[in-house]
Amino acid sequence: MGKVLKYSFYDLIRSRWSYIYFLFYLALGFVLLFLNNDLSKAVITLMNIIIVLVPLIGTIFGTMYYYNSKEFTELLLAQPITRSHIFLGQYLGVAGSLSFSLALGLGIPFVAYGLLKSNAIFDFTLLLVTGVFLTLIFTALAFNIAISNENKIKGFGYAVLLWLFMAVIYDGIFLLSLIVFEEYPLDTFSMVATAFNPIDLSRTLILLKLDISALLGYTGAVFRKFFGTQIGFWISILVLTLWIVLPILRLQYKANRKDF
Amino acid sequence: MIQIAGLHKKFGKNDVLKGIDLNIDPGKIYAILGPNGSGKTTLIKSILGMVIPDKGSIEVLGESIKKGWKYRKQIDYLPQIANFPGNLKVEELMAMIKDLRNDKGEAEELIEIFALQPHLDKKLANLSGGTKQKVNLVIAFMFESQLLILDEPNTGLDPNALIQLKALIKKEKEKGKTLLITSHVMQFVEEVADEVIYLLEGNIYFKGTLTELMEKTQQTNVEHAVAALTKKK
Repeated sequence: MGKVLKYSFYDLIRSRWSYIYFLFYLALGFVLLFLNNDLSKAVITLMNIIIVLVPLIGTIFGTMYYYNSKEFTELLLAQPITRSHIFLGQYLGVAGSLSFSLALGLGIPFVAYGLLKSNAIFDFTLLLVTGVFLTLIFTALAFNIAISNENKIKGFGYAVLLWLFMAVIYDGIFLLSLIVFEEYPLDTFSMVATAFNPIDLSRTLILLKLDISALLGYTGAVFRKFFGTQIGFWISILVLTLWIVLPILRLQYKANRKDF
Repeated sequence: MIQIAGLHKKFGKNDVLKGIDLNIDPGKIYAILGPNGSGKTTLIKSILGMVIPDKGSIEVLGESIKKGWKYRKQIDYLPQIANFPGNLKVEELMAMIKDLRNDKGEAEELIEIFALQPHLDKKLANLSGGTKQKVNLVIAFMFESQLLILDEPNTGLDPNALIQLKALIKKEKEKGKTLLITSHVMQFVEEVADEVIYLLEGNIYFKGTLTELMEKTQQTNVEHAVAALTKKK
């Protein structure tokens, strides 16, 4: 698997898109820091961007890479390598290079600004960690969609729909249901519903760590009681990990049964 | 070398292989023939583990290939359509395959035979079809595996390269290797093959030497003999 990962990673690191992605975050980091002049505020703005953009890039890059590397995959399949190593290697190559661009692109401006001496370092690290989690999750989902759809256009369509659902539609349904059922106690429901969507979960995690949960009113207090504690934090991390592990398992299952 | 028993494969409603039984003995050159869509490539891909059979068993070198992958170290494969990652250079591709197989291989001589030196630092996407096929051949022939599977090796080759290819195939046979070759060019088959396996609609319709094929069809030339086989059905 290491060798497949190595070649996928090299291949991607040399591609123009990795640089564009990297430069985008680099520019974003510098611009935000110099417009805000405040690390904590920059972290919040960044969060809003990362939480939407990272899943989008993950799904699009994931499906694109899977379809574009069809030849590479076929070449590998005839070599003495197991199938799960081929697909896991490619997946980690994509997710790895995206995470690399993200961490480096945001890290450089923040370090240059004096992050290491400030106490926002913990918030910033959490932001990067959730960014990496989201990259891993959505790339894995993208690979799942791509391996199940021979038709590129369909695959892309489903991938974008998935992103749209997770980033926008899910929240809409969530809010609607809160309004419709407002007469009932909704604490548990809203907590569970948050945990089921990795984007919402990441957002909640960061918001609570940023000490601005007071803005969220009563729900914020309930959330704080759960997500704000050590146990809540680790449960969130566990759920995010499950969001990575389950799609990977399905990917392996599918890969072992597919004809090429 | 290879034992196949009761091999079935369906793609959707399309029944491609309908119970193939086949024994491949070591040290011979087999030509797998058949009209388009008769299942030649599916058969080859099943042996390689790229296509997963619905029913039946395949053994390579005495071991079932189910869930196995190490046996592929004993197989060199030349795919029908040379699809390579386009953004790699020729030498990078060769280095990568060597690394993936943990085998240094012998590429220099082959590169010389096919006159590929001027193309080594070009990207694969910029090569012509014939040159790609030559790269494909170098990769297939550079390792010393016991089994060589060539899917349409002569596509796109110029006459000179074709002569070199035939010489290479003979050389490999002398080393005691087993070769499975598919081709639609009967003259080529006649020159290199020891035995013919004729697939028709997912079954083995004929298996035997070229002389047996001529006797059976009462033809004097392979091309007509094969055409006669198809018509008879």
